[in-house]
Formats: sequence, C-alpha cells, structure tokens
Amino acid sequence: MRPFDYTRPDSLDAATDALDAPGARIIAGGTNLLDLMKLQVMAPETLVDINRLPGLDRIEAEAGGLRIGALVRNADLAADPRVRHAYPVLSRALLAGASGQIRNKATTGGNLLQRTRCPYFYDPAMACNKREPGAGCAAEGGVTRMLAILGTSPACRAAHPSDMAVALRALDAEVEVHAPDGTLRRIGLDDLYRLPGDTPEVETTLAPGEIITAVHLPAPDAGAVQAYRKIRDRASYAFALVSVAAVVAVEDGRITRAALAFGGLAPRPWRDGRAEALLIGKAPSEALFAEVAEAVLDGAVTDAGNDFKLAMTRRALAAVLAETTGLAPASTGTDKVEVPA
Amino acid sequence: MKLRWTINGAPGELDLDPRVTVLDALRDHLGLNGTKKGCDHGQCGACTVLIDGRRVNACLTLAVMHDGAEITTIEGLGTPEAPAPLQREFVRCDGFQCGYCTPGQIMSATGMLAELRDGSPSHVTDSLTAEPEMTDAEIAERMSGNLCRCSAYPFIREAIEAAVGEERE
Ligand SMILES: Cc1cc2nc3c(=O)[nH]c(=O)nc-3n(C[C@H](O)[C@H](O)[C@H](O)COP(=O)(O)OP(=O)(O)OC[C@H]3O[C@@H](n4cnc5c(N)ncnc54)[C@H](O)[C@@H]3O)c2cc1C
Ligand code: SF4
Ligand code: FES
Ligand code: FES
Repeated sequence: MRPFDYTRPDSLDAATDALDAPGARIIAGGTNLLDLMKLQVMAPETLVDINRLPGLDRIEAEAGGLRIGALVRNADLAADPRVRHAYPVLSRALLAGASGQIRNKATTGGNLLQRTRCPYFYDPAMACNKREPGAGCAAEGGVTRMLAILGTSPACRAAHPSDMAVALRALDAEVEVHAPDGTLRRIGLDDLYRLPGDTPEVETTLAPGEIITAVHLPAPDAGAVQAYRKIRDRASYAFALVSVAAVVAVEDGRITRAALAFGGLAPRPWRDGRAEALLIGKAPSEALFAEVAEAVLDGAVTDAGNDFKLAMTRRALAAVLAETTGLAPASTGTDKVEVPA
Repeated sequence: MKLRWTINGAPGELDLDPRVTVLDALRDHLGLNGTKKGCDHGQCGACTVLIDGRRVNACLTLAVMHDGAEITTIEGLGTPEAPAPLQREFVRCDGFQCGYCTPGQIMSATGMLAELRDGSPSHVTDSLTAEPEMTDAEIAERMSGNLCRCSAYPFIREAIEAAVGEERE
C-alpha cells in the first residue's frame, strides 16, 4: 500500500473539509477500497474515515418508507425486521452477496460505490481504460465471463458487481447526497451511475466532496411478490454472472405492476421500462415472459466468452416471473410483501 | 498513530502506521499469530476475528479505524487446558487436516452462532419472517466465507453442530 494520511472527522462539515485535500477519499467498511489499495489499483493520499459520523448508522421510518443511513452495515440491513417483511427482495439480494464477515463490515454507501470485478481492472500489469484512461482494454479478446453485455461501450465492458444495488433499483430507491455547500439532493440509481461511453473512469455523477448520507425506500408495495435470483459459479460467496430482482403484482389474473432489475449484465443495475410495460395488463404465460426477455436483451453485445448470459438471463427471468406471478410455486428467494396493518 | 484496544480482555496501547491492518497489528506487532493470513484480500476467512463481538476479516480493515475497540482472537477463546466448546469439538471431530484455516473457522463459527441466535436470516433461509433453524445447509451457507484448502468441511460442520449441542446441555 502507498502511504496515506488518515483522518477521522466527527461531523459532516469536518468530513467535507477533509475531502478537500488532494487525493482524499472516503473509507467506510473498507472492504473494497483496501482490497484495491493493496493492489495499488487505487492510491488515495488521504483516507477520510466516516465511520464515526453521527446518525448515519440508523434505519428510520419516514413518509411510509424507510431512510437507510449510509453507514448501516449490509448484515444489519438484511436482518432488519422492516426490510425482511416489507422489502424482502433487498434482504435476499444482500444475503446473496459476499460472506457473513464482509457483510458485517460493508456499508450501504460503500456497497453502492464498490468498483467493478473485471479481472483486468484488478491487475495493474494489464491495459485498462478505467484504471488508466486511454491505455486500452485488455478485456477485448480476453476473459469476459464476468463482463457486461448491455450498456457497454468500446472503451469498457465492465459490469457493476453489487447485488444490493440491483434490489434497490427494482424498489425505486433514491440516494441522498450531501454536497460541500451543505445542501442535500436525492437521485435515483440511474442518475447516480453513468454508463462508460468514452470515459469509463467516471463511474458516477457525484461531484468531488459529495458524500452519500442515506438511501430512501418508497412506501412498500403491499400485495406485491418480490424475488431475487442470483446465478454464479459456485453456490455461495461469488459474484453474479446474472441476477434478477423483481417486484410483481397480479390482480384478477392480470399483471398490474412489474419492476425488473438485472445484475451482472451492465455497468449499472439494469432496468428496461419498455420491457416491463409488455407485462402490464396481461395474463402471465411463458410466451409472454420470453417476449419480455427478448426486449431486455435487445441490443446486447456479446462475445464467445459471455454469450451464455443470453440464455441464462432468459431462463432466470422466466423462473422469477413464473414464481412472482404464481404460475409456479415460490422457492426460497421469492417472498410476499408483508405490510403491518 | 496511537490507538487503544482491548485484546482478549486486556487493555493496551499501540502506535502504528495507518497502513497496518488489524491482521498485521495482531501478528506482527502483538505477537498473536493464532490469527492466520491466507489471501490478505477478504477471500478466505483465515483472518477472521471478532471486533466488538462481530466476526470480520482482519485483513480488510485498518487498525487505526478501530481505536477503542474490543478484539477477540482465537487466543482469547479458550486455553489448551480449558478450551471453548468449539475448540474442543474441532479436535474431537477432526475438524481440520493441516489446521491453517482452523482459527478462522472457529472465530467465524463463534460469530455465526451469535448471528443465528439473534435470528438473522441467511441466503438459504426459507422464510425471512420466521426464526431460522440450524440445518446443515444453514451452517454451510453461513460459513461460506471460510475456505478450507484441505476440504475438511463435513467435519467442520459436525464440530459446529456438536459444540451447539454441548452448549445447550
Ligand atoms: C471476497 C469478496 C466477495 C464479495 N462478494 C460480493 C458479492 O457477491 N456481491 C456483492 O454485491 N458484493 C460483494 N463484495 C463486495 C462488497 O459488497 C463491497 O466490498 C462492500 O459492499 C463495500 O462497502 P464498504 O463499506 O466496505 O466500502 P469501502 O471499501 O469503504 O468503499 C468503497 C467505495 O465507496 C466510497 N464510499 C464509501 N462510502 C461512501 C459514502 N457514504 N459516500 C461517498 N463515497 C463513499 C469509497 O470512497 C470507496 O471508493 C465482495 C467483496 C469481497 C472482498
Ligand atoms: S472492461 Fe473496462 S474495467 Fe475491464 S479492462 Fe476493459 S476498460 Fe478496464
Ligand atoms: S486473509 Fe483475510 S480473508 Fe484471507
Ligand atoms: S484444515 Fe487445511 S486448510 Fe482447512
């Protein structure tokens, strides 16, 4: 690890000041940042430890929904009774990620901003436009199993690795951002993450000095069924090849609401409103689910190393839609939303 | 940087470079080498310790981030004369071959059983709203952050189940 200064502010204002230093970066759980610092993929000059900022480690009820502080640990969020009952897809996604030890440390804010698992990004000996703008992309013609097939650019095909973010996208969560001038703004995940285009090194719309302070969940969708399905190379403790988060409601035999988000496929949790719209007002059927999958995958760019993701996505989506619409019995990972009366 | 820790019940002071991880502080600065370094990247669990009662990977966190913390390592769990139930059962059940992953397995199991007692669900828990049960599948999933290169997994599971049985008696 390169040498760095370490500071532990005790207020948001002090953290904002500390982030003004050149090469300053926030550390929260540290489970992603320290990993990358050991490899010298990242080399901050100052670490601003936000773990003792007051009030960011709480989950609070608000306006029918929940406000999740940026420092809430992944394990605590997954185990929170309100989340387990009313937002089960979020518990499921968190529990499908990493390990018990890592979830005890990893934070809500850090999970959102964890960096890609593209193997060439992790290896400073390889060319990578994200690590070193303009250097080229070693994934071109390389091992692309973990890479994205939607929303990519010729400059970069890295996938966003978070499970949690996929569930949050399906739940229409908003991220609360604290700006250096003290104002707060709230943005959806599609406004947080940028697609790579020509500048894969710029991953979010956050300005220097901005701090994620919370994630807001809207009121739970009573009557909906939620599911998270993750497919990976081993049964546990591995990143997603493909994952699907779904929030679906059926009334009188017709689908009335459907939110579908995908992991492992794109540089950000992927949602496609056009594909979702195909479901609304229709009776669930396998033919319909196949049509939706084709709409989602329309425009996918694959190579021989990752074209298996097409069939994998079709099957995962069909299974999740069958379970959430009642066409097939629910398995572990598919849960009814339970809202206390 | 100066910091204070309570390690295995004993308070102490340390003066460390900010780059030192909890793992390196334990092994290189405090001579507590029961905690092992497998991968140094959060992938194997050999470095698992309890910080303020929760299991974490000591390799993926900085010592300076934990000023004032209580840390429990394998040395603090029991002694050869008076081993903790998990330690005794790992020996009795042959829960290891080379033994390199064992301190991490035992510390992780200690934290995992507390999580189970608190009712925390796992990836394989059928109902998110019922109390989770201790099944083979639950133990395997909850221990998946600890790899064993010798693949002693069945006996590790057995040792954990036996230790729970012993504590209940
Ligand atoms: C072996 C291993 C397996 C894993 N498997 C999975 C998996 O299967 N699924 C999955 O989803 N994840 C997985 N992870 C990743 C893990 O979820 C992330 O490392 C973790 O969520 C990051 O959170 P953190 O708090 O530790 O972030 P940190 O490492 O502290 O920070 C990550 C980034 O976010 C920034 N940051 C943190 N908090 C804030 C904030 N409040 N405001 C602004 N910026 C902030 C930091 O500056 C840094 O750039 C795995 C990790 C490891 C090591
Ligand atoms: S795909 Fe992106 S992250 Fe991977 S090597 Fe290419 S530029 Fe780097
Ligand atoms: S040494 Fe910490 S997880 Fe491998
Ligand atoms: S006993 Fe050898 S690694 Fe587990």
